[in-house]
Amino acid sequence: MARKAVVNRGKCAYCGACVAVCDFFALELVETYLEINENCNGCSICVKVCPMGALSLVEV
Amino acid sequence: MFDVIVVGAGPAGSMAAKTCAENGLKVLLIEKRQEIGTPVRCAEGISKQGLKRFVEIDRKWIAAEVIGAKIYAPDGTEITMAEEMAGNEVGFVLERKIFDRHLARLAAKAGAEVIVKTAFISFERRDGRLKVKMRRMGEEWEVETKILIGADGVESKVGRMAGIIRTLRKSEIESCAQYLMSNVEIDENYTYFYLGNELAPGGYAWIFPKGNKCANVGIGVLPSKAKANAKYYLDKFIEKFGIEGKIVELVCGAVPVYGEIETAVSDNIMLAGDAAYHSDPITGGGIANALCAGYYAGKVAYEAVKKNDFSAGFLRKYDELWKSDFGWKLRRNKKLQEFFLKLDDQTLNSLAKSISGRNIREMSVQAIIVELLKSNPHLVDLIKNLLI
Repeated sequence: MARKAVVNRGKCAYCGACVAVCDFFALELVETYLEINENCNGCSICVKVCPMGALSLVEV
Repeated sequence: MFDVIVVGAGPAGSMAAKTCAENGLKVLLIEKRQEIGTPVRCAEGISKQGLKRFVEIDRKWIAAEVIGAKIYAPDGTEITMAEEMAGNEVGFVLERKIFDRHLARLAAKAGAEVIVKTAFISFERRDGRLKVKMRRMGEEWEVETKILIGADGVESKVGRMAGIIRTLRKSEIESCAQYLMSNVEIDENYTYFYLGNELAPGGYAWIFPKGNKCANVGIGVLPSKAKANAKYYLDKFIEKFGIEGKIVELVCGAVPVYGEIETAVSDNIMLAGDAAYHSDPITGGGIANALCAGYYAGKVAYEAVKKNDFSAGFLRKYDELWKSDFGWKLRRNKKLQEFFLKLDDQTLNSLAKSISGRNIREMSVQAIIVELLKSNPHLVDLIKNLLI
């Protein structure tokens, strides 16, 4: 079962920390809106780096 | 066709665009957000010297002036660094929202074209030029340029697409959260730094006065050492120190603590500011270096256009400039950061005790190291080996 990062928009403070550590260009901050694309392989580094705890992994 | 396209209207980007425009280049400055300067992602502290070198001070964007800093070891031992002469304020706390706009306006005034709500998507090299693809107010837009300056922050797309920087690891980035609080009771003449492996693993907590009893109360943690997110540690810090006051703003961000990158250029491309990991690995400060890097990138862009040479070989002049200005300090402070990261709280306490009460007149990492070495001769060889 594959895993993928999802964002809780109520918690996200759109700082871009997650974008900076993603090696797969899976995250992009479009103005203040975080987009996660299909490049995400569930490595979880963004979850670890998010200052707000806004990211988590889900089974897909 | 433009001579230069600058991506990102923070301090590095605006300074680069301004410098290019002042030298007569045709320059475009793009900012992905619709408002320059927001949301803020910064603790807003800068040394007076670092600012004055490149910008004329304007009270409109100075929130507070400080005469020094107080650093606290885990057990509360205090180290004070201060310029005691009145009128010799050494640091500023900025109002970045206004500061960033001011810089972008200076760039515009100098002749740069500034376009907001426009994001960089990709570039393609063709006949020694770049075709830059952007998304402008939701529509795709393609423009040719001779030079592309990536000042697009810690998450730099320009830098990673050009293969200049590699993605940061968990141990190379500080994850930060900060509240702007009102009614904070502190001596507003100082900035405050709190150390401790429990308190702020791999980082520190800070209180920076912003005037009128307001203060930036924040924390940075190293994700490779932290057991929870930055906001969790920030809330614990506020609770532990009984900091009262109302939270009137939340700020988050990430600071590269990578050290000095090998090169900030490739053919047609230069990186400046956080995009080039130009922030300091110990203090996390990045504005002064960003201004400096932006200025040099602009200067070298001008020379490149004049010589019609946009090769990495020519742009390395920019590397030489930023490296001899502050790159060496990033390299040194990265080594010192790695040394400090290994110390447990007990060692931090005893080191702080060894220099507590000293009159440290200069507010710099170097001044602290010098004091530490004076009181702890056993560290001399260790640090010497580290720095060679």
